[in-house]
Amino acid sequence: MGNHVMITGYGIISSIGLNAGDVLGSLIDGRSGIGEITRFQTIHKGNLPLAEVSKSNEELLSICGLQGRKDYTRTALLGIIAAKQAAEMAGIKPDKAIPTGLVSATTVGGMDRSENFYASFRENPLKGRLRDVINHDCGDSTERIAEILGIWDFVTTISTACSSSANAIMLGAELIRAGKLGRVIAGGTDAVTRFTLNGFNTLMILDKEGCRPFDENRAGLTIGEGAAFLVLESEDLAVKQGKKIYGIVSGYANANDAYHQTASSPEGTGASLAMSGALEMSGLKPSDINYINAHGTGTQNNDLSEGIAIQKTFQEHVPPFSSTKSFTGHTLGAAGAIEAVISLLSIQHHCIFPNLRWTDRMKELQIEPVSMLIKDIDVKHVLSNSFGFGGNSSSLIFSDVNT
Amino acid sequence: MAYINGIGIISPQNTLPGSGFLEPVVEQTADFLKCIEPVYKTYIDPLAARRLSRLIKMGISSARICIRDAGIEMPDAIITGTGLGSIEDTEKILGEMRQEERFLNPTPFIQSTYNTISSQIAINLKCHHYNSTYVHRAFSFESCLVDAMLQLEEGSSENVLAGGIDEMTINHLSIIRRLGDWKRGPMSNLDLWRSDTPGALAGEGAAYFILSLKKTGSTYATVETAETLYKPASSEQTAGFIKEFLYQHGLSPEDIDLVMMGNNGNMEHDQVCEDIISLALPRASKVLYKHLCGEYHTVSGFALYTASNILRGQSIPGALQLESPAPDRINNILIHNHFRNVDHAFILVRR
Repeated sequence: MGNHVMITGYGIISSIGLNAGDVLGSLIDGRSGIGEITRFQTIHKGNLPLAEVSKSNEELLSICGLQGRKDYTRTALLGIIAAKQAAEMAGIKPDKAIPTGLVSATTVGGMDRSENFYASFRENPLKGRLRDVINHDCGDSTERIAEILGIWDFVTTISTACSSSANAIMLGAELIRAGKLGRVIAGGTDAVTRFTLNGFNTLMILDKEGCRPFDENRAGLTIGEGAAFLVLESEDLAVKQGKKIYGIVSGYANANDAYHQTASSPEGTGASLAMSGALEMSGLKPSDINYINAHGTGTQNNDLSEGIAIQKTFQEHVPPFSSTKSFTGHTLGAAGAIEAVISLLSIQHHCIFPNLRWTDRMKELQIEPVSMLIKDIDVKHVLSNSFGFGGNSSSLIFSDVNT
Repeated sequence: MAYINGIGIISPQNTLPGSGFLEPVVEQTADFLKCIEPVYKTYIDPLAARRLSRLIKMGISSARICIRDAGIEMPDAIITGTGLGSIEDTEKILGEMRQEERFLNPTPFIQSTYNTISSQIAINLKCHHYNSTYVHRAFSFESCLVDAMLQLEEGSSENVLAGGIDEMTINHLSIIRRLGDWKRGPMSNLDLWRSDTPGALAGEGAAYFILSLKKTGSTYATVETAETLYKPASSEQTAGFIKEFLYQHGLSPEDIDLVMMGNNGNMEHDQVCEDIISLALPRASKVLYKHLCGEYHTVSGFALYTASNILRGQSIPGALQLESPAPDRINNILIHNHFRNVDHAFILVRR
């Protein structure tokens, strides 16, 4: 071994908590972040549920110490909060001696502001506030985070739909394993936008009741928002600095379903390739995995395809699994990183979090998710799935450092 | 390090299969430089093509041209860099949505997702391997090259399909023009360097490459490294950064025979490009390239196509407007690209 990628810090903000401690509390108490729309402005208010971060943009600015600034998107603010938490937990200060990278992920970038611009612009091409559109692209939120953390060595952004931040963590780990960088802060951020809410609505895959992953009567996903980042460090660096290690990135794989732009293949080809690829890289057997944090969006198509792929990959050794999107909603580009943090909390606090709102087993499957919290259980290895539109399928394996 | 074993490019110049190397040069007098597009049914089933937007069709076609050029059947990884993805689809949704927040056609939403190009190439080729998309301004294509080289080094891939792609629309141009960094009206691309108006000339393009650790009969050149520098404090810092990565790759500034300059017609930014190169590589010959393809986030894909062909053919096309006598031998080319002088990206290409 020797070139392990260690996790020395993490940060998270989501509808179930503004930091890891709050998120853990919600997961243990079974408090879902999915509910009626309160903050977000949309005609779907009262009709569709959301998993909103409870704070307004002004409150987020103030958490970031950026009161009064008018040039930050919500996507950037959520990202800054989570990335700062991660850096603080790992005790990182801007340091030229240790080349540090930032790999962020997002699917909407600054759309939370540019959609306001377009509304005015469409009426009159000379109208619309320019400050609402200059942050439209995906690189903006990443650069805002880099600026605040003082990272200049390597900065980039990934967008592979709902698997985006799983791929960010994967690139971070690859850069460290290849010796290109000693340390990478990797994760993702996405704010709720009318663009995404209405986009998914036209596909008719939003559950009016709130998502019910892996349930026979599931009717779609629930959009959420949030951000999460991990601090990844090379084993040498983490040990040399005497850092506390919260987990190891022990395996990962990225595959493509190559079936349809929005639908997963019925046999779960991409999902199976990703899971078996990650297992192969980690050198672990299916029976070594103690928990699967599933992608589990709650759509008819995903849960069937993923369920079949889990059965195929794990055969008689299917471990306890759940979709914590039943807590956080589907946070799109942030989902992979948010679920990575939840996987680490599972390892660290010896529990497996339930799949809320589950009642009936899917008739096509022989397996069912964990629907009640399991406490005091040894969790050494967690597999976390992130699958997206366009067939992008990624699986990550996180392991306890004491294995 | 990786060999470039195949290229597929759609650009505002004559770069489709069977064309000469930037010969004859294409003049466009327009608001932005538009791609000369292929007959899409050569590369995409017409039934499928009907539903795809222009950018996606350009992506699939240039990927197919590239794979054919490399003489392979199936890449082991597909990686795309795109600054903005399908602007056309994004605008369709935003236009239809407006206040009343209703749009009924899901197709533009699906295609506006940044990873659609890589995904549609995967579906078109039935390629189940590694698939990713980078979306970071002027780092989009360079990040994609960095990842491609990691995939090759790690040993899981033999042939990586890596490309940069962006489109321009008149709507998008009318917005960014208001920001002041762009030419305000139509002009001839061949007059760009003589123009005394401020701002860059916008463009678009798609360029895919097959990268491999194995040299083949169709090898053009070698990508030695792709480097990115976020927000340098000064041109001196950027110049120091260039010298440092050259050193790490066993080269000194004198070894660079040709620099493809990051100039785009925005005079303030062009001065910084000149400063950086004269500090880092005072003796290198310089060529300009953005008058041929216009400015866009992944413009360095066009530059890499150009550098690859210069290195293989050992001659510099007149279209590039070489400022000094041609070097006797061209072994090393440095490509510069930047976004508003904040993100600086470099690709080192070797014979």
